[in-house]
Amino acid sequence: MAKSLQDISLDGLWNNNPALVQLLGLCPLLAVTGSVVNALGLGMATMMVLIGSNFSVSLIRNHVPDAVRLPAFVMIIASFVTVAELVMQAFTYELYEVLGIFIPLIVTNCAILGRADAFACKNPILPSVVDGFMMAMGFTVVLVLLGAMREILGQGVLFSDMQLLFGPMAANWKIELFSNYPDFLFAILPPGAFVAMGLLIAVKNVIDKRIKDAAEARKEPVEASAPKRVRVTGN
Amino acid sequence: MALLTLSSPHAHGRNSTSKVMMTVTLATLPGLAVMTWLFGFGTLINTVLAALVAVATEAAILKLRNRPVSFFVKDNTALLTGVLLGLALPPLAPWWITVVATMFAIIFAKQLYGGIGNNPFNPAMVGYALVLVSFPVQMTTNWAASSQMGLDGAALSLASFGDALSTIFAGGAADAFTGATPLDAYKHQIASKTAAEVLAEPVFNGWLNGGWEWVNLAFLAGGLFLIWKRIITWHIPASMLGALAVCSLVLGWDEDLYTPVSLHLLSGATMLGAFFIATDPVSASTTKLGRLIYGAGIGIFLYLIRTWGAYPDAVAFAVLLMNFAAPFIDAYTQPRTYGHKKAARGLKKPEAK
Repeated sequence: MAKSLQDISLDGLWNNNPALVQLLGLCPLLAVTGSVVNALGLGMATMMVLIGSNFSVSLIRNHVPDAVRLPAFVMIIASFVTVAELVMQAFTYELYEVLGIFIPLIVTNCAILGRADAFACKNPILPSVVDGFMMAMGFTVVLVLLGAMREILGQGVLFSDMQLLFGPMAANWKIELFSNYPDFLFAILPPGAFVAMGLLIAVKNVIDKRIKDAAEARKEPVEASAPKRVRVTGN
Repeated sequence: MALLTLSSPHAHGRNSTSKVMMTVTLATLPGLAVMTWLFGFGTLINTVLAALVAVATEAAILKLRNRPVSFFVKDNTALLTGVLLGLALPPLAPWWITVVATMFAIIFAKQLYGGIGNNPFNPAMVGYALVLVSFPVQMTTNWAASSQMGLDGAALSLASFGDALSTIFAGGAADAFTGATPLDAYKHQIASKTAAEVLAEPVFNGWLNGGWEWVNLAFLAGGLFLIWKRIITWHIPASMLGALAVCSLVLGWDEDLYTPVSLHLLSGATMLGAFFIATDPVSASTTKLGRLIYGAGIGIFLYLIRTWGAYPDAVAFAVLLMNFAAPFIDAYTQPRTYGHKKAARGLKKPEAK
């Protein structure tokens, strides 16, 4: 029952999106998506960890007994989180300061342990890596979308402080959408993240329903049946 | 034709939702009149604006949800939500605060939960809490002090109507008129002054509560009218005000250290909250004992947040916190039904499938 790489990708990005469908890793998702740059930074760190852990777990999958697999996975994930943390500290120090505790907390992101246990320990290396990449991609896309929504609603700007991630050349990427915008604290604070997240999930469900309806409409050819008589009398 | 499903009790005509809600709305009029007299036309303008936005939003969302628009709009619940919000917001709050609060109240707190009768939280207070948390500056500095406006009737001239309009819609400078409310002033100044010194501040205007006692007495009168009309019962207001008074007398009896009980009962949104907001038939407790517990909970939270919290007034937060608890309180306070020895209380375990 090996899945094709295409299915794995589709699963990670849409059908089984860790943020919108599995609802895993909500803590960082809701806490740091106050702006696009925070969201992107955390998304990339998560991606690095997820690809690395899926790769390593897949490598050792035939050698670790079931009973001790979880400690082994956690150890692997913790190592990669430490690496990610040090890399961010070295190259994007300000962003590292802004994200703070949420970088080490990637280790508790259940999406990562979930993929290790549900996928990587049962599959060869290539599908595992692709799965890690696609899951992280789906996670990051949602993070960035949330970050953009909250940045626009909260501060009336988009892509502020991108130089934290992309260096000085990104300093003027900031777009002021409204001048004289009063900060809308609700969107910046965690409750706003819950509301925005709910709206995103709702949008995904609507799209899924549309796709399903369209597929069903295509499957069933329209029957040209005679209009049925409907009983209208009798009250 | 669409048949509307109405659940029991099938009361006859006299007390339709529409009429009840309209009566409650009308019962706020004395309070609205006194606030307009004290603080100028800002309150009136904001209340009308909030009511219009509430009804328009309700109609738009009902249309989107394919529900019968005129049937639900005519029940006046959206109108009441708008009016309560308008009364709660600062008189000179900019127009967009009123619009954001009202739209959030109707869309997120009411319609997303399924419309009338399905909202677990009081919509007006959800809207109010949203803007209070989001725009602290605009929400706390746009209270005109009654000593600076009103009282001599200057607030009711045509010129002041224009001033209020331009402040609300064009963001004109309102600095000359803005100030803290008496509750806020007392809480912060009592740390360094005695009670007599604080009460001599201009915000108190030499009166008991700087005019706020008239606002509260007007809402009290409206509330008593509602009890007389049997639209609300006495349980929630009585237990809420009682709990607030007891807390204040027991924990804060020294008026050189804490806000005195007269200020707690007759200032801020106490009476509006006790009679009009806490008694919302949808989000409040429904059993008699439950209503007493629910009201007392609001009174206690109100005192705690006012005294030790970051906000000067706390009706919205206290009501929302107890809204959380209302279904739970109801489950444990069901009355005994006829034919049973014991009341069926507590939460039922879900049936195993």
